[in-house]
Parts: sequence; C-alpha cells; structure tokens
Amino acid sequence: MAINSKIPAGDLEKKWEDYKGHVKLVNPANKRNLEIIIVGTGLAGASAAASLGELGYKVKVFCFQDSPRRAHSIAAQGGINAAKNYQNDGDSVFRLFYDTIKGGDYRAREANVHRLAEVSANIIDQCVAQGVPFAREYGGLLSNRSFGGTQVQRTFYAAGQTGQQLLLGAYSALERQVALGNVTQYTRHEMLDIVKIDGKARGIIARDLVSGKLERHFGHAVLLCTGGYGNVFYLSTNAMGSNVTAAWKAHKQGAFFGNPCFTQIHPTCIPVSGDHQSKLTLMSESLRNDGRIWVPKKQGDNRKPTDITEEERDYYLERRYPAFGNLVPRDVASRAAKERCDAGYGVGASKMAVYLDYAAAIERYGKIEAGKQGLDNVSKDKIIEMGKEVVKEKYGNLFDMYAKITGENPYEVPMRIYPAVHYTMGGLWVDYELMTTVEGLYALGEANFSDHGANRLGASALMQGLADGYFVIPYTIGNYLADEIRTKSMPTDHEAFVEAENKVNARIQQLMSIKGTKSVESFHKRLGKIMWDKCGMARNAEGLQEAITEIQALKKEFWSDVKIPGSINEFNPELDKAGRVADFIELGELMCKDALDRNESCGGHFREESQTEEGEALRDDENYKYVAAWEFVGESDWKLNKEELIYENIKIAARSYK
Amino acid sequence: MEHTTINLTLKVWRQKNASDKGSFQTYNVKGISTEMSFLEMFDVLNEQLIAEGKDEPIAFDHDCREGICGMCSMYINGRPHGPWHGTTTCQLHMRAFKDGETVVVEPWRARAFPVIRDLVVDRRAFDRIIQAGGYISVNTGNAVDANAIPINKKDADNAFAAASCIGCGACVAACKNSSAMLFVSAKVSQLALLPQGGPERQTRVLDMVAQMDKEGFGSCTNTGACEAECPKEISLENIARLNREFTAASLASEE
Repeated sequence: MAINSKIPAGDLEKKWEDYKGHVKLVNPANKRNLEIIIVGTGLAGASAAASLGELGYKVKVFCFQDSPRRAHSIAAQGGINAAKNYQNDGDSVFRLFYDTIKGGDYRAREANVHRLAEVSANIIDQCVAQGVPFAREYGGLLSNRSFGGTQVQRTFYAAGQTGQQLLLGAYSALERQVALGNVTQYTRHEMLDIVKIDGKARGIIARDLVSGKLERHFGHAVLLCTGGYGNVFYLSTNAMGSNVTAAWKAHKQGAFFGNPCFTQIHPTCIPVSGDHQSKLTLMSESLRNDGRIWVPKKQGDNRKPTDITEEERDYYLERRYPAFGNLVPRDVASRAAKERCDAGYGVGASKMAVYLDYAAAIERYGKIEAGKQGLDNVSKDKIIEMGKEVVKEKYGNLFDMYAKITGENPYEVPMRIYPAVHYTMGGLWVDYELMTTVEGLYALGEANFSDHGANRLGASALMQGLADGYFVIPYTIGNYLADEIRTKSMPTDHEAFVEAENKVNARIQQLMSIKGTKSVESFHKRLGKIMWDKCGMARNAEGLQEAITEIQALKKEFWSDVKIPGSINEFNPELDKAGRVADFIELGELMCKDALDRNESCGGHFREESQTEEGEALRDDENYKYVAAWEFVGESDWKLNKEELIYENIKIAARSYK
Repeated sequence: MEHTTINLTLKVWRQKNASDKGSFQTYNVKGISTEMSFLEMFDVLNEQLIAEGKDEPIAFDHDCREGICGMCSMYINGRPHGPWHGTTTCQLHMRAFKDGETVVVEPWRARAFPVIRDLVVDRRAFDRIIQAGGYISVNTGNAVDANAIPINKKDADNAFAAASCIGCGACVAACKNSSAMLFVSAKVSQLALLPQGGPERQTRVLDMVAQMDKEGFGSCTNTGACEAECPKEISLENIARLNREFTAASLASEE
C-alpha cells in the first residue's frame, strides 16, 4: 500500500487557507446523524470532543481515568508556544515554523508544521476566552517567557501548571457539551480494539474497567487521542496509566506506525533514587531560563556543591554552546548531561546527576528587586531574601515539588537533575488531515507522529494537542464525513462487532489462564531496562540487535509465566496493566527495529555510529530524509514504507546551537 | 539526603465492591526506604500480596504521581492525603513515618463518593457539578484577541490560585459534613474573577450549588478542615466569595 500524505498543492503560506476554502462541508442536519468516537481526553481529545460537539456531531468520548480531567496533559508544566509576537521581539508564524522544523532536526513535514504555527495564535485566544488564567503583567496583558531552542519569547504560561490550566479549559468546554447532550462521556473505560467494516473504522470495543464487561460502540469515524508511549521504558515522566494500547490495536488493524524510535529524553528530571522508583518527575524546562547547569571540573568530586568554588565548576552547556547556553534544545542538553556523567563528572550519591543551580539567579533577581524598591546599601542577606521571593513567584510550585521528593531545599542547594524519558515524537502515521492509513481512523496530539520531527521543542506539545483538536480536525473530518451522510448508524450486532469482541475476549481469557509466577510489574521493569540500556539516549547496531532478541524472549516468558490475580468481571487493575504491558513489549521490538534501520543520528535519536568528532549528532539526509511508516505484517514482522520529506521553504542545514 | 529503611504495620480498608460491607486488614511491610513515596510503598505491598497469592492486591487510584492529576486519594491516619501539609498522597514520602509505626489507610468517605473497591471511590459527582455550569460558554473560533481585555494582575493571580484545584475531593473527605463547598467555590471564584466569566456569573453559581446539593454533599459550617487539608492550599476566601456570589445571584433572580 502506497502512502499519500495528501499535502495540498500551492504555496506553503496558502495551503491551509486554500484547503479550508475548498474542503467538503457537512450540513447541520446531517451532522446530527453522524457519530464520532473519541478515545482519550487530554488536550487533543477534550478539545476535539468539545469542538465537534459544538458543531453538532454526536460524540462519544472515552477515558480510562475516573474523569476526563485526569488525562496526563494535566502534568505539563512550562508553557505553550504561540506566534503572537506580543513581545515585539521579531516573532512570526514563519519563525515558529522554522524553529519547529529545525528543532525537529529536519524530520517533520513542512505543511503540517506551518499550519501548526498559523493556528497557534488562535489557541491562546480560545483559551483566554474559556477563562484559562495565564500569567499576566501588571498592565493586565499576557506575560511570556523563553523556552529551549528559540531566541524569542513566545511561551505563554500559568506558573508551572500550564498543562493543568489548558486541560481544565478544554475539560470545561467538554463538560458543557456533555450537559448539552452533544457528547456522551465514558469514564473508567479502556479501548481494546478498533472495529473495521469494509476497510473503514466503524467503532470500538471498550472494556468497562469497573465491571470488567466488554462493550461495543459504533462510530462513523474514530479518533485516537491517546497520548504517547514513553512508559515502554517503565520509568518515564508519563502517568502510571499512560499506555500505547489503543494506538497499538490500531496499528495491528492496519494503521502504520511513524518513526517509533523517536523518543524525547528530557534533560531536567529528578534523578532515580532507588529500585523502588515507579516514575520520574520532570522539573520544567523553564527552569533553564534562570538556572545554570554545571558539574565539578574534577572527576569524582565528593564535596558539597556549595564548597566548590566558581573556578572549579564546569558550566558545560555555556561552554559548549555559547549562543544558546543553558537554553539548547532538549536532545542536546540531555546528551551533554549523559556525556559528563559517563565521563565521571556526575554528582550525588548515584553520580548520575548534574547540578541545576539557582544561586546566581536569586542574587540577580534580588539586586533587581532592590533597585526597583530604590534601596541602597542593602545587605547580601537581604538581597538573597528578596531574590528568593522572586524565584518563588516564578517557580515556587516546582521548587516545592523538588523539596518534597528529595528532602532537599533547592533555594539553598543546587538541584540534582538527570535526563528521563518524557515524550514520544513517533506515533501513528497520519496524513495532512490527521487520518491514519485506516480510513475513518484519525490520530491527534502525541498519539500521532506528525509535527515534531526527531525532537520536540519545549512548549510545543500543548500547542500541537490543542491545534489538532480545536482547529484542525473540525475542518478535516468534514472532508471524510461529507461522503458518509448516507451511511446509517450500524447496529452493534453486526458480525464485525461480534468478531472483534470475541477476539478481545479471547485475549483476556488467555491472559488470565496463564497463572504463572511473575507479576506484571516485574515484566514491565525488565522491558524498561532493555529499552533504556539499548534503545535509550544512545543506540548502536549491536545493542539494538541484542535488544530485539531479548524482547522476543521476554514476550515468550510473559505469555507463559505472568501472574495476574483476581478475575475478569471485577475492578482489576492488574489485568488492565497486563494487557498494556503485553502491547508495550511488542512496541518495544518495533522501536528497536526502527532505531536499527535508521543508521543516522537526528534529534533525540542518537546512533553512536553516526556522530561528529565533537560528539554531536550527525544526520544523513541523503539516505534518511524520510518518515519511517511501519506496516504490521504479522508477529515480529513489519514492512517499512517511506514518506520522503520535501523541503521547499527551508534550506536544510546542519543544526547548530553553538 | 540521608535515607534509612523502616518497617510499618498497615491497617488498610478492604472492600471487594460497592455492595460489600468491607473491613480493615492488617499487613506488615519491611525495609521501606524513606525515599519512597507513599504509593511506592503500596506498590511494594501489592507485589508482596501478589507473590503470596492469598489476598488480592489493594486497589487504589493513582495516575500522574506528581501531585497534579488529582486521582490519588487515600485517607491516612485520619487525614486526607496524610500528614504533610499541601501535599497529595503521591507526593507524601516515607520520611514522614517512623520505624515501627502503625498506619491506617481508608478511602474517601462521603455519601456522594461511593466506594468502588478498596480505596477507590466514584467521584463522578464532581464532573456533574462542572457540567451544571463550571465553564464559560464560548464555542471554538469565537474568541477575540487574547490581549483585547486586560485583566488586572491581582484578579488574574487570584483566579489562578482558585483554578489550581485538582478536583481530588480531599475537601469533601476532610469535612465532617462531606461538603463540596471548597471545590465548587474554587471554580465559581475563578470564573467570577475574570471578565470572560461575567455573562453567566449568576446562573453559574446557582446551578452549580443546586447540583452540589442534588449529589448529596453536606452543608458548609465554616469549620475550615477543607482548607487545612487541601493539597493545593485552596483558600477559604473562595467559599466566602461563593456565598457572596450566591446571595447576589439569588436576590437578582427574585427580581
């Protein structure tokens, strides 16, 4: 099957405008008869459900949590980008587009990214209208801050809780549509398969996680807004329940998986403290605005950080990348931290950490504050005190979180940080309309592969999730549904539904009948270790081949020795988790295959065989300037389809932040 | 940070399903690192239960484990989210406990939050309260420029403080009357403080309070336990604001 990205013809700046002007429309009377299923209620899912409900479609929305408001978008801290140019610092749609393409190391589609930049400003307008309380200046206007990989201030934020505020905005819009009867909401429900009729997605099989019962739901179209798959690494900044299951079921039903190996390792997370660790916590990238990252110049220096003098510190990001300093993109910052730690300069008990230091920022802000208040002859203590207040207002919740987790006071001693898995740029392959290779099946937000190339810039995930849900899918879905107005709602006793439910049921029965000796958690941990060691921040052919063999063996062991307590028809979180881990194991194998196939370094994907003399990532545009769209053939068997990336508006170049 | 390991006795509420009567069961956990979170200690216990194969693992709600999703909800030694101020269960760390201590863990207890299993309760009543009016009616695409309406920083900051509610329900669990006033007042305040929330200000507060009553939450008697136990330190001032909003709206609706 050939893939067609359906990118409209014409000038880049005109593509989306022209598309909207010519796309098919569905009249309001017909919308009432068209049913749409949305799985997932994060930024993409909630915004899509609200917007499509407003348009008059009959929407059903599903989430595995107890409320749509719990979706993991809620945990995004730092901010959301938009090309508003409120700061008059030279920002524009083109610059946001350019930064995103460059940040993604030239592995994203021009047309999609330009559209994203175009609608970015509308997102901020929409959110403010919903009552999202973004940070403001004293004049009452919106405040902005900088984020990694850019030289303008285009990031809107709400303290360190931007994702929470945006999600609650989308959630409230969704709940309004529920109240109006346009959307039906199913909480504590998990999608376990896509139902296809005549090649088109026509519904889902969902499991009520409270009763354990399987349900059949029909839809003229199905939208997967189910987030990323970072939990394949076991430890990540994702929520405990974040999983690949919905996307994976879609993949096995014919939806191609795009660039599965593109994983974002976020540079500033709280380091692992022991074997008990269940997840990792991010410290927002916004902290790199003011914090300075360093390690001791001496290897194995065990002194307290406050005893190490300025001259004995290596601010390695400022040293290596003077133009961007501590604000280099995430992939660059992560690799640099790993490089220092591997070379023996790491700090803390594990020696797998670097310092993120606020002492200089506290002093700087204290002096500014003293100046503002017209105070002369202020003691150093007073300046520090005032500086701490300023830092507290900007980053207080993050500092509190750090203190609770580590038991250390980050206002007094530098924070210890280390990279952790955070986001997956890869995902279901979609065309310009966000449709997967299964007709009528769409993927939005982190669940799709589309806009971030090989590395996502900070504050761009929230932008993309909301762009897809509020401003893209409401237009593009009409182009498909306009031809579906004659399709009547299908009864769920159709044989395709019966068959799909039987298949799902058989798999659950099989899982429960294994009655082995090892817990689901133990398999997940082992998978995570293989992935982190061999398909993590640095990858090589030998390691990836080993990983594939190890994962295949792990899969066998899982299906013969996993122990799942309890029974099927009850609230059974262990059973839910078992299904997810089984899917993660299969995905892990595909990720390693993709990483092995892509014998170049780009963005978050670093192949040790492909680096410059200075240890920077070395791209190979001649051979790998494509999206790898993997087609499921059978067990451990995939076919690679390539979507060539064409750059007509950007001169593709080596990515430098020096 | 120095860390040690501790042993604990846990008395945990076990209830098979909504109709089961439920009871406390006692478990011992050993060698718990003080660097673990409270939920990681539960992970250890559950792995232990799975290995032993006698009791089923304990069901509890959790997701983000970074204090923001509002899903975790344990009532620990008589306090929602346990002993630390301004902290969710997932951010509570074992440094808070002493070696040899007995820790009692229960679900949220409120008529409007029926138990689903063990420590898991049904909080959909909160969604229905939001459905009653916890929004601004603006369809996608209707918005004016984000800077068209300046908002003074104080109002914006207060709206943000109210909006930081995570909807966990600790306020209800803490209240002797199981009142949801802190939760409702946080949303009412956020939207009343912002000019965008103006047009629906009166219907919103009336409808949300009516729904709260209908769900079976109790009355507020200004005890303040909700504020004391709220992991996000939502202020009682929001309840005062809700009362003013409610009175004004009631008077206006009688006209």
